[in-house]
Amino acid sequence: MEKEIKKSSLKVSENGLEKTVSSKRLEVLKTYKIYIGGQFPRTESGRYYQPVSASGKILANVCLSSRKDFRDAVVSARGAVSGWSGRAAFNRSQILYRMAEMLEGRKAQFIDELIQQDATKAKAEKEVNLAIDRLIYYAGWCDKFQQLFSAVNPVASSHFNFSVPEPTGVVSIIAPQGDSLLGLVSVIAPVIAGGNTCVVLASETKPLCAVTFAEVLNSSDLPGGVVNILTGKPAELASWFVDHMDVNATIYCENNSETKKMIREKSAMNLKRITFYDKINWYTNEGESPYFIMDTQEIKTTWHPVENIAGAGGGY
Amino acid sequence: MAVAKSIRTKPNLTIRQGDFALSTRIDQVGVEERASRFTKRSIKNDAKENGLKLVLNMIDLTTLEGKDTDGKVKQLCYKAMHPHDALADIPTVAAICVYPSMVKVAKKALGDSGIKVASVATAFPSGQAPRDIKIRDTKYAVNEGADEVDMVISRGKFHAGEYNFVFDEIASIKEACGDARLKVILETGELGTFDKVRRASDIAMHAGADFIKTSTGKIAPAATMPVTLVMLEAIRDFYYKTGKMIGMKPAGGISRSKLALHYLVMVKEVLGEDWMSNEWFRFGASSLANDVLMQLMKLKTGQYQSANYFSVD
Repeated sequence: MEKEIKKSSLKVSENGLEKTVSSKRLEVLKTYKIYIGGQFPRTESGRYYQPVSASGKILANVCLSSRKDFRDAVVSARGAVSGWSGRAAFNRSQILYRMAEMLEGRKAQFIDELIQQDATKAKAEKEVNLAIDRLIYYAGWCDKFQQLFSAVNPVASSHFNFSVPEPTGVVSIIAPQGDSLLGLVSVIAPVIAGGNTCVVLASETKPLCAVTFAEVLNSSDLPGGVVNILTGKPAELASWFVDHMDVNATIYCENNSETKKMIREKSAMNLKRITFYDKINWYTNEGESPYFIMDTQEIKTTWHPVENIAGAGGGY
Repeated sequence: MAVAKSIRTKPNLTIRQGDFALSTRIDQVGVEERASRFTKRSIKNDAKENGLKLVLNMIDLTTLEGKDTDGKVKQLCYKAMHPHDALADIPTVAAICVYPSMVKVAKKALGDSGIKVASVATAFPSGQAPRDIKIRDTKYAVNEGADEVDMVISRGKFHAGEYNFVFDEIASIKEACGDARLKVILETGELGTFDKVRRASDIAMHAGADFIKTSTGKIAPAATMPVTLVMLEAIRDFYYKTGKMIGMKPAGGISRSKLALHYLVMVKEVLGEDWMSNEWFRFGASSLANDVLMQLMKLKTGQYQSANYFSVD
């Protein structure tokens, strides 16, 4: 984007000769780096790729992450599980709300990036607004889905028997390719609202918003390691995302039947939960629901022995 | 003349020693840069697998807690003998390292597996006890069956400049060890400077140490690559001077196999092939073994591993 900068003329004296130089400022381009453990490293592989817009313009030099970046991200995510899941649900809610606030504050930048990635202005604005609203939506659910999905179960013995959802742990996510901001937010938010940590592979062709979203996360009280964002090629990384024994669940948002088959097979090694979100329209109400949170929860049932006070024969 | 000479000469020094205050001075910046170079080597595939197995074989699997029980020690001994049942042809660890009161339990549990029992002694970890108690502590451990004794030096006396006291103490513990090999813990985290680490290394080696060891594991910082490099160079210089090989044991803070491989590179490049066995080099560690097993499993299956599937002890 060539911006016309107010021309100023300088008289420069060089070797005693006077000449006029028109100074046009060189734009300082942003380096799009990956996000691991609350830091912004470059990929350890040193590789990069250049996503292009529909008009053929190179958007940026973006990290082409390797399996070792993924490995490092899982180590960070695993380290963050106990701290994040141990926080009060209400506190997680506050942090998700804060993420929405920070996103709101950088709206213009996201709209600009979406337009660079071929969205119209109206569509870009709609996508950013929906992404902010979606964070608010899941901020609200953080301390409420537990009541909705837990149960006190009737049992035929003197036990108080109840079931509650608990986070499954580390979730690997291959984000939607198309809706590069809204899709990303819509899959990350329910996972972390439920107390999990995650490693996300952003859209390959439209990665700009994902990296800028990482900057939002980094400035919104979210502990390092809870969300880790990589950029690169799903074709190269998908098998590692589902192969890793220290990953407890995998979410896949595309509709490649070969990849789905591979995910089903490899997830069997440590019985990962696998979820496919390939037919969801993130722009409508079907893109938000507490059931998305439940996709990465496990139900824990507790049998607590009690004296049968109210029953016949019970007494003091 | 003869009388005056006998006053000047310390009668209990069997090896001719210099003035330890004149030990080689260490260039701190140089050592740190040199040590960081060792972390730049690329070790892959077969070399990595062999390296990992060697690391496993050099581990002194350690439990030094107030809460240790017979059961815990037995379990650790089982782990030492069968590091991982699904991995074929992996070696055992080198030794189990415990408190003197646990030596008998460990000795019995290990049976004829060939795994050594090392015992800390001399009022570990502070070393703040009179010499006769330290000697009894050592003799107790040896009588219980310890193959190796890990003693601590008196850091307070060392800082006060009483090098002869430290020297004599190490020599007397060496005597109490009998056939058991003596590892001398310098507790480098309490020594403060590389100059002092070098000086303490020289004292320990001249006083009869079979191994010199960085740390108790109770003080941070424990083993680091630079401090280990200083000690390895002391061993090298001692070898050139006397022809006697001394072992090295970094302990505490080495929990990742990648770091352990860096240490192996350092040993090989400073001391050479002769030191590349558990006869002359050990890692004092408790969690390193599991990380090595996870890496070996990764090499075998191609899958990154989870700590959830490896036994804690």
